[in-house]
Amino acid sequence: MNNNYFHSVRLDKEKCKGCTNCIKRCPTEAIRVRDGKAKIMDERCIDCGECIRICPYHAKKAVTDDLKALDKYKYNIALPAPTLYGQFKGLTDINYVLSALLSLGFDDVYEVAWAADIVSAKIRSLIKDKKGKKPYISSACPAIVRLIQVRFPNLIDNIIDVQSPMEVAGLLARKEAAGKYSLDDKDIGVFFITPCAAKMTSIKNPVGMAKSYVNGAIAIPSVYGMLSSTMKKENVKKLQRSTAYGIGWANSGGESNALGVENYLAVDGIQNVIKVLDEIENNKLNDLDFFEGLACTGGCVGGPLTVENGFVAKNRIKRLVKNNEKVRLSQHQLDDVCKDIAIHYSEEILPKSIMKLDDDVAKAIEKMNLIDKIYDDLPGLDCGSCGSPSCKTLAEDIVRGYASEMDCIFKLREKVKGLAQQMIELYNKIPTGKER
Amino acid sequence: MKNNKPSIKQTFDISAGNFSVAGSASSRIKNMLKRIGIDDKIIRRVAVATYEAEMNIAIHSHGGTLCIEIFPDVIIIVAKDKGPGIKNVALAMEEGYSTATDEIRAMGFGAGMGLPNMKKCSDEFDIQSTLGVGTRVEMKMYNKE
Ligand SMILES: Nc1ncnc2c1ncn2[C@@H]1O[C@H](COP(=O)(O)OP(=O)(O)OP(=O)(O)O)[C@@H](O)[C@H]1O
Ligand code: SF4
Ligand SMILES: [Mg+2]
Repeated sequence: MNNNYFHSVRLDKEKCKGCTNCIKRCPTEAIRVRDGKAKIMDERCIDCGECIRICPYHAKKAVTDDLKALDKYKYNIALPAPTLYGQFKGLTDINYVLSALLSLGFDDVYEVAWAADIVSAKIRSLIKDKKGKKPYISSACPAIVRLIQVRFPNLIDNIIDVQSPMEVAGLLARKEAAGKYSLDDKDIGVFFITPCAAKMTSIKNPVGMAKSYVNGAIAIPSVYGMLSSTMKKENVKKLQRSTAYGIGWANSGGESNALGVENYLAVDGIQNVIKVLDEIENNKLNDLDFFEGLACTGGCVGGPLTVENGFVAKNRIKRLVKNNEKVRLSQHQLDDVCKDIAIHYSEEILPKSIMKLDDDVAKAIEKMNLIDKIYDDLPGLDCGSCGSPSCKTLAEDIVRGYASEMDCIFKLREKVKGLAQQMIELYNKIPTGKER
Repeated sequence: MKNNKPSIKQTFDISAGNFSVAGSASSRIKNMLKRIGIDDKIIRRVAVATYEAEMNIAIHSHGGTLCIEIFPDVIIIVAKDKGPGIKNVALAMEEGYSTATDEIRAMGFGAGMGLPNMKKCSDEFDIQSTLGVGTRVEMKMYNKE
């Protein structure tokens, strides 16, 4: 297993009871229970956070940074995700939130929602110029991008090769600070205020670029309390640059709305997204211009690192969208912002064929046959007691060498029964000279 | 072409009119091919071809089977149904020809592109149909190693 890959989603061994909740829920079949504890397979995990949400014992967590990380830099900039705005009851002016971020020790804020306005304009112009492969697939959700790498490599070319709003915000924030205060790039700390574990992972292992422009991510719940208590009228500064469109990215469909494309499909919830990607792969949705797929229910408002119920947050974002200015960046403004930044991916997105049974096709076919044979012999109850999500995956795990047939409690019982019978037979064969 | 190389064969039953599960055979075939490590581009062709074949059986026939046999160098797909058969096969093969009802069209099918696309996706394509008996489509995709 590849141990170099950083994952935000981790297991808290102490809390794990070894139940079957997470193994059944994982969309890439990346979790097994071994020796009574869940184990995440690094190369398969896409950091979607499904296991964090489902675990009744809170044994799955997302590793993020805390505010102490700010000490490492001379000048720190907060990049609030648009989702942050949906966490506060009765919020009508987002300057309250932006100003409160300054009181946490940040020297400046740069809105990801504003970067989303920029990215929207960029994608809109790409679609208009018909650059790339239809349907264009949004690159906003890193869990979905990784899902495509792992399960739908055929669709990699459809992913729009524009940096995410978080990266664009990071890039622009650094540039602005360096210019204004003649700072050294290494002295600037840029932190994403995140609802999302996958974003944390993408900072450490960026896709489409060599190095992230963001230094770390701080989970919304870890600053929520402090933000709420410092949000006061007297401290409010005019910091907002974002429009209603950029703010709307927090909700599923927000990006599509910001693009203003007519023929789009926005789907949220990872299982739903998988179904649609399957159809796109079958050429069933060729007339579609744009596909927005978000791993979390409702979009980022339903992210694993939020405080407010996703449905409530969604409504608040809707209200903010309604009450903020609806203006799209003009081509001229876009050209101006983009003129000396790299807004496109600088590196290719590569497939990760981790499902492959063997590098040799002939051997893989033999293994596939073996899997079917083992599977036919399993009870087919998908009970999960063996630690694999289903009988089929156990059969596959056995062939891959991760498990043995005796991990199945029914198989084990059969074996014990057989052994017991043999013992009785043996007992009966004991020479009769001896008294019984 | 038959050789001693290993192969795997699976047959899926496709029932008529059952749209809620239609597409599941091609989905499972796709997952199988990904595990076997078939080239992504060929997987896409097989995916499109099996999906269209499966839908044709579900939409236009009284039910049938979709069978896939995978060798290291070739993939053979056979879609067979129990009728009603196609009156004019040459016409059915034309792009845009469809007898789908409005109801079917409302569900996003009936563009008349299924058979032509199946042919486009295959290296070898053969269709046999007898009215009152049934239709048999055989497709081969070569796996260049
Ligand atoms: N298995 C079959 N049994 C009977 N008729 C068939 C069968 N497959 C295709 N046909 C006939 O051939 C026509 C053309 O098929 P084709 O798959 O190309 O288009 P379609 O199914 O009508 O539309 P689309 O595949 O684009 O959704 C169908 O409308 C139908 O009349
Ligand atoms: S939907 Fe948003 S919060 Fe959820 S994984 Fe994707 S980017 Fe992260
Ligand atoms: Mg058809």
